[in-house]
Amino acid sequence: MQLVRRIVTTAGIAAIATALLGAGGTQDLRRLRGTITIDGSSTVYPITEAIAESFKKAAPNVKVTVGVSGTGGGFKRFAANEIEISDASRPIKGSESEACLEAGVEYIEIPVAYDGLTIVVNKGNYWADSMTVDDLKKIFLSDSAPKTWNAVRPEWPDRAIKIYAPGTDSGTFDYFKEVVAGKKGTIRSDMSVSEDDNVLVRGVAGDEGAIGFFGAAYYFENKDSLKAVSIRNNAGNDVLPSATTIEDGSYNPFSRPLFIYVKASSAQKPYVRAFVEFYLKNAASAAREVGYVGLPDAIYERASKAFQAGRTGSSYLDENGKKKTGPITDLYK
Amino acid sequence: MDRAFAIICLGITLIAVLALALLLASILIAGFPGLSWSFIERYASRIPEQAGIKAPLFGSIWVASICAIVALPVGVATAVYLEEFAAKNRFTNFLRINISNLAGVPSIVYGILGLTLFVRMFGLFGPIQNPAFEIGGETFAIYYDSTGEPLRVPVTSRNETPSLTTGSIGYIQDVLDGPDGELIFTNNWVPIPLTIVNVDTEFTPAYGVISAIDVVEPIDYEIQKPWYYVQFPFGQTVLAGGLTLMLVVLPVVIISSQEALRSVPRSLRAGSMAMGATRLQTVFRVTLPASIPMIMTGAILAMSRAIGEAAPILVLGVALFITDVPQSLMDAFTVLPMQIYNWTSRPQEEFRALAATGIIVLLVVLLAFNAIAVLIRQKFSRPLQ
Repeated sequence: MQLVRRIVTTAGIAAIATALLGAGGTQDLRRLRGTITIDGSSTVYPITEAIAESFKKAAPNVKVTVGVSGTGGGFKRFAANEIEISDASRPIKGSESEACLEAGVEYIEIPVAYDGLTIVVNKGNYWADSMTVDDLKKIFLSDSAPKTWNAVRPEWPDRAIKIYAPGTDSGTFDYFKEVVAGKKGTIRSDMSVSEDDNVLVRGVAGDEGAIGFFGAAYYFENKDSLKAVSIRNNAGNDVLPSATTIEDGSYNPFSRPLFIYVKASSAQKPYVRAFVEFYLKNAASAAREVGYVGLPDAIYERASKAFQAGRTGSSYLDENGKKKTGPITDLYK
Repeated sequence: MDRAFAIICLGITLIAVLALALLLASILIAGFPGLSWSFIERYASRIPEQAGIKAPLFGSIWVASICAIVALPVGVATAVYLEEFAAKNRFTNFLRINISNLAGVPSIVYGILGLTLFVRMFGLFGPIQNPAFEIGGETFAIYYDSTGEPLRVPVTSRNETPSLTTGSIGYIQDVLDGPDGELIFTNNWVPIPLTIVNVDTEFTPAYGVISAIDVVEPIDYEIQKPWYYVQFPFGQTVLAGGLTLMLVVLPVVIISSQEALRSVPRSLRAGSMAMGATRLQTVFRVTLPASIPMIMTGAILAMSRAIGEAAPILVLGVALFITDVPQSLMDAFTVLPMQIYNWTSRPQEEFRALAATGIIVLLVVLLAFNAIAVLIRQKFSRPLQ
């Protein structure tokens, strides 16, 4: 096997170079050099890890590192100018956006996948097949906090309710709280809490009166030992979480988009640009592979356009930095 | 009565040993099938069958080595000072009490200390990505020529924007064509004279030919780092990680070394002094050799703790997914406990088996470090005669 030295003469190379650059000037990823530091949500981590792993094969000289400091921790480092991309399992908050802008960090918001929050009960739970958000409010809010199932609906049995929930620092908990408790309400504190969702899976699987919630990926992996509760959506239908219902938006209000935030000044570097474009192109398949759900193609197209145009700021914040809520298909234009 | 007590003690011991044996057995059963050379050799992956533990393995070895190299001398020296030289007064009492208290502080607190002290250095030396001081590295500005090939131009600092003209020298990486059409990147950078072309002129893309708009500012800066390269602030690097773990284990090392020195009989010191040795000679020739076995036992406990810690490292904000092993003190790293924790919390069952395999690797690293401590103990300890 003979290796051929490529840099021999400069003559005769021009032809190859033109071919490589092509009409659109697309770059050969293999030649890019640089370091991309990413940190943030541990929920988004598996997708970013998958993308970074594939990108490494395409662009071997670009070093990508991905951390798991959490959505809030990631935005702190983002505002401190320590990272190029921040993974987030919820849109940026007004206060975080302000901190970024104060530090001179402009950002481009890019949605990458859906995560469906799943409400689960024990396999032996024969009564709760479907619930409304109001039922969940009754169970989870601290001002009602029933001890037994029949306190929620009288036709349900007189069994103790045992709640399993993710840690209060997680984006998953934040999202659930936002939907169920809104701004003012508080979630009851007498729950079994764990940062490790597998502990929640085991907890609900082992307790007939149990109820819990976590990312749909954990339910998809544990379908045999858990029962998902279908949720009455805003159209009045009871919908179970699945890839189809999460993607078409009928599983609401518990499907949430996941994001990456790219530093605008870094987005001009060719290797960061190439990485983000690679991310958008492969996000749907990577998301499916690690247990999440891809966004509708239209959203990826919009994201791609927003990135090309270098559109900074968040679609989830109005001019005054107040939070906007609604499905991503309406907000993210 | 005596017999009964002995039996109770034996029973309690057996419970502890049995729990340990069960734990080890369950991990070996779950993790052993996944153990293979490729598991050691590969980086993290979304596909469990292709996932490996190379980056965290090397990260842990680097960080634990730095921790041991710094914590042992500092810890033993502190203990020698407190036990052999310091006067017994209020001040040294105050020191002793505080060191004992520090041993009980949760490790995550040291993580926060390490973050401000080592990673960010109180922000005194600017942001991590643009450090105020750098020692030992070669800095290059990076440009891309019209073929898309990166060019290096040597500069003195990251704040320097070189003014490039036609005839300036850039360096282009020597790349070889591999057998399967892939490129092989060598460490050889070849000088090439640059040609700067006007924006409006038409030109054929070629190596070293750059459009004038592309040389206004470098795309990026790159630092060639020899292993001793140091920047201030340290950032999320192996040195910062090692020093943070040093903070975690230092009180343990100091206290166990103090205990070790205290256990050396007074008569030995008195004998040495009576023979005319100075205090320094007594410490190095008599007291330390006699206490080395106990000091090393303390070191083993300390290192076991350092290798198993995830919390302080997580607080530093170090990355988890890395596709390189550290080459210098200023390289990014990750550690085994972080990777193991991440695998246990993934939804897919297969990742939990990987976590068990990771734990086996962690145990092997731990035993290796302890073996080194045992070797040192064998070599340097002189039995009291």
